[in-house]
Amino acid sequence: MLRYLAYRVASILPVLLGVSIVVFFMMKLIPGDPVEAILGPAASTDKIEMVRRSLGLDRPFYVQYFRWLGKVLQGDFGVSIAVNVPVAQLVWPKFWNTVLLTAGSLVICVVVGLGVGIVSGTRQYSWFDRISMSLTLIVANTPAFWLGLILMVVLALRLGWFPATGMYSMRAAHVTIADLLHHMVLPAITTASVSAAIIARLVRSSFLDVIRKHYVTALRAKGLSERAIVFRHALKNALPPIINIVGLQIGYLMGGALFTEVVFSWPGIGLQIYSSIVARDLPVVQAAVLVTTFVFVLVNLGTDIVVAALDPRIRRS
Amino acid sequence: MSLANPPLNEAAPARADVDPTAEQRMFRRPSEWRIFWEAFSQDRLAVTAAAVIALVCLSAILAPLISPYDPTVGDNNLRLAPIGTPGHALGLDGQGRDILSRLIWGGRVSLVIALLPVAVATLLSVFLGLIAGFFGGTADMLIMRTLDVFFAFPAVLLAVAIAGVLGPGMLNVMLSITIVLVPYIARVAYMATVTVKNELFVDQARVCGARPRQILFHHILPNTLSPVIVYASTLVGIMIVLGAGLSFLGLGITPPKPDWGIMCADGRNFLSVAPHVSAVPGIALILVAMSFNIVGDGLRDALDPKLRK
Repeated sequence: MLRYLAYRVASILPVLLGVSIVVFFMMKLIPGDPVEAILGPAASTDKIEMVRRSLGLDRPFYVQYFRWLGKVLQGDFGVSIAVNVPVAQLVWPKFWNTVLLTAGSLVICVVVGLGVGIVSGTRQYSWFDRISMSLTLIVANTPAFWLGLILMVVLALRLGWFPATGMYSMRAAHVTIADLLHHMVLPAITTASVSAAIIARLVRSSFLDVIRKHYVTALRAKGLSERAIVFRHALKNALPPIINIVGLQIGYLMGGALFTEVVFSWPGIGLQIYSSIVARDLPVVQAAVLVTTFVFVLVNLGTDIVVAALDPRIRRS
Repeated sequence: MSLANPPLNEAAPARADVDPTAEQRMFRRPSEWRIFWEAFSQDRLAVTAAAVIALVCLSAILAPLISPYDPTVGDNNLRLAPIGTPGHALGLDGQGRDILSRLIWGGRVSLVIALLPVAVATLLSVFLGLIAGFFGGTADMLIMRTLDVFFAFPAVLLAVAIAGVLGPGMLNVMLSITIVLVPYIARVAYMATVTVKNELFVDQARVCGARPRQILFHHILPNTLSPVIVYASTLVGIMIVLGAGLSFLGLGITPPKPDWGIMCADGRNFLSVAPHVSAVPGIALILVAMSFNIVGDGLRDALDPKLRK
């Protein structure tokens, strides 16, 4: 296990380095001169040259890259062009808001996905199975931004059960958890929808695989109750692929949250990326994409390790 | 040598008493297409989904002929008129434009920004996967490790970032979707190549003196195509949704050109009074994306001999 762990951790280092290179050079692809963009069209050539030198933009690309990487490793992402504050100050609070939303969505994903998947898997071709599988097929193909709009129309604007936008009530005297959760319901459902449907379908098929195995027949012959078979034996053996897909979905939720955050004005990193793109505030986009991708890679690594810990066949291969 | 090893056709002289064509006719193997079609047509859901796709594609191609109104010119008196308004079956949007016409024209854009990138990315991925899988060594490391880096990004984020950096426009959206797709499809092409490379028939071809290029194009390529095409076909639906999402954010097609994502975004301001403006294009998106998914699954089942009934 330790060797597997060391191997896996070592194998993500080049990937992370590659990600930083891609993010750095992606920002260099932008048409136009950044210095001219800062100074405006009226600036003199001398002045442009001076600013270019002071920003280090006259050096070769690889020198610029390593300087940038050195600063990033110290938590310095530069200064936002649009609002002139350190990027780190702007990005981190937004990042935690997205983590909150992702956590809420994940709870919905796991509860709904596992619940629907297990019931469908143990009762194949029942009416519940048929209806839930048709529904998951539809939901898995529903654009999150559209579902968000529809939920907003029905549950927020028509019925008034939930607030339509934001994270906290503007008029509330204190920030309370109840208020936060109330605001989180619609965005979390929207973000979770596609993943929950995918998880439900996978749990079902994973369950059907296990339930047909000979040892389950043996357990039935032994006279074990169906409940004990499902929860004590089948679930355990169906778990590794399920954990794998749930881990993958965490990363998907973080990326997919972007649409939800834009629709519901949830002040997360996705909304920040979106508004920074619109404002052409590229240092912020750079930092936000980098941070999210690093977390995505780490979550996937964590998932692989958990699966390997549960399934000895994987870590030995 | 030539005496010891007579050519094959001389070794088995034709028998006069049997009509060779009749024998051939009796034992002729049905063509691959026929086998595929017989398996696919059993799957009623997949056939229905394929019909939906065909219908949408046809309406997109024939848009100039069948679209009842100009999709960019509105009638101010009928702004936000609901579904079922006489002459406007699906109602009108915030600028008084006919939603059905916009749906038909928008289908063109929504299909193209998904189908073209999937096709281009598939070609590129097969090329990269074949080279990496077949030659191994440095080529393998260089190609696959580079793709691993792109694989590490959350797909939606990468697409949004690239489209955002490049600026709005149809070409930029398609470019960003292609970049997102290549690492995923190339992995499948690579795995298929490595699997096929180690099959016995490839060794046999090598023993018979086939050159690497012959082995690559005549023996390996045809056998890697089926898993790659099946995988790519399941991605089309997701990419239609992603492309619409980029347009929804304003990073895709530039208005007034219609696109299903832009149409959803247009309706955002009228949600409480005229929800149909956003609802209709969304339903179209779901229907088409779902159809592509169902067809993809049907293709997989029909092409895989183990899953055929």
